[in-house]
Amino acid sequence: MLASPANVIDINDLSLTFETGDGPVHALSHVSLSIEKGDFVSLIGPSGCGKTTLLRVIADLEQPTGGRIAINGHTPHEARMRRAYGYVFQAPALYPWRTIGKNIALPLEIMGYSKDERAERVRKGLDLVNLTGFENKFPWQLSGGMQQRASIARALSFDPELLLMDEPFGALDEIVRDKLNEQLLRLWEMTQKTVVFVTHSIPEAVFLSTKIVVMSPRPGKIHDIITCDFPRDRTLDIRETPEFLEVANRVRHGLREGHSYVD
Amino acid sequence: MLKALWAGKTGPVLIVCAMLTVIWYGAAIFLNGDLQRDAFANAGKTDYTLAELIDGTWSQERPKLPTPGQILVELNKTVIDTAPTSKRSLVYHGSVTLSATLLGFLIGSALGMVLAILVVHVKSLDKSLMPWIVASQTVPIVALAPMIIVIMNQFDVTGLVPKAVIAAYLSFFPVTVGMVKGLRSPDPLQLDLMRTYSASRVQTFLKLRVPSAVPFLFASLRVAVAASLVGTVVAELTKSEDGGFGARLLAGSYYGQTIQIWAALMAAAACAWILVTLVGVADRMVSKAMGAR
Repeated sequence: MLASPANVIDINDLSLTFETGDGPVHALSHVSLSIEKGDFVSLIGPSGCGKTTLLRVIADLEQPTGGRIAINGHTPHEARMRRAYGYVFQAPALYPWRTIGKNIALPLEIMGYSKDERAERVRKGLDLVNLTGFENKFPWQLSGGMQQRASIARALSFDPELLLMDEPFGALDEIVRDKLNEQLLRLWEMTQKTVVFVTHSIPEAVFLSTKIVVMSPRPGKIHDIITCDFPRDRTLDIRETPEFLEVANRVRHGLREGHSYVD
Repeated sequence: MLKALWAGKTGPVLIVCAMLTVIWYGAAIFLNGDLQRDAFANAGKTDYTLAELIDGTWSQERPKLPTPGQILVELNKTVIDTAPTSKRSLVYHGSVTLSATLLGFLIGSALGMVLAILVVHVKSLDKSLMPWIVASQTVPIVALAPMIIVIMNQFDVTGLVPKAVIAAYLSFFPVTVGMVKGLRSPDPLQLDLMRTYSASRVQTFLKLRVPSAVPFLFASLRVAVAASLVGTVVAELTKSEDGGFGARLLAGSYYGQTIQIWAALMAAAACAWILVTLVGVADRMVSKAMGAR
């Protein structure tokens, strides 16, 4: 493959067409994108632009119908088999019959970690997302934000290099969301993971990312890629700065252009 | 104190019981009235009062409808006053029925679970096996029970087992239906999660499908345990030499001992209630351990 060694993800001319009863739906059309190690890449766009589909292709949860995709030089299937990524869904998807600690240990159980190792990693994971002391609580005893944090700890428990996040904070209110964005940024700085993050919030994308991929619908394709080089230890205050607003404006314009031919 | 009684469940339940009792005694007068008038006529007694007539309808030896009082007296006699080893003791017959019921319940539940696992995991079995499972329940068990007993007797399988097999025949069905639904209950997100860990089918089954199925399983087990008792009683109508509630019912109807029939019915109902309650208790304990609020 043409993959450069620094790239964690290499996507080349990728297409995905769903065959439906009403004819084919072009969810992804000729998408090319490289993601370097340590990048925080946001996929942003209106619903139907294929951002979640792209994430699911990376995760080997959907099969592309054309083009090439490599994750660390492997196919998505190989990458999944090697447990190369952790995935955070829109909903926390915690298993209700497991305590928070047991939920975080779920991937570790499946991957055959020893009992001591599991306990140690669960402890670290709870600490990482500020949930120490909640190990023996059941999911319903936690707020939505805490549940989503637990699901992030679960995705990171087996220390994958790549973190895939599909609108993880979409269902939360703005105050909780801001707080979690800040925590996520700290977490990314601390762990040096590569993150692919799907969102439809412009401030969230600009605040978190090193690279913003603006997508447009029908057919789902990449409209613009915006590099965003704020320092890694940024705080929520940068949202007031002119530089931040400039990037946000560019994203907004991109979204509008991508959408314009629709209506 | 009365207010507190009414606020809880006890008050309304007691009122309903009292109303049912009144209706029952009324129905006994109505149903046994003719018999009582005949009895008075045969005895040459013509100047009986209404009170005597009513009292008579409530104290016949073989009434069409015995009163609750008569049934309680019979129950008291056959449960408490008779030694449990005696063939006249309902405790003895109850233990015969319960042992076959429990064995049948175990066989039926196990069979039901195995079938559910097969149906969920083997696509061809879903199409080929499920119609037969449904069809099996459309055959009246009363028609099938004697054949099962005769055939098993042919292979020298006698005693408890044939009755348990008939109980299992009735109890496996709700378990299969409930388990199939339960094993298929995980939502796509929960299944996707397992895929992202590249979990094996066995791991997905044990760590996701089985825990998801537990609430469905317990709902089915409650139905199954009651069905198991019904199956055993039906089996005992055919195979009455070992005793049991079914044998008691059969003997009662043979000799027109209606009070004995009703007492056996009540005892069987009480046993079923206890079994269903026990499954309910197990359900609550398990769901508590599984984080139910």
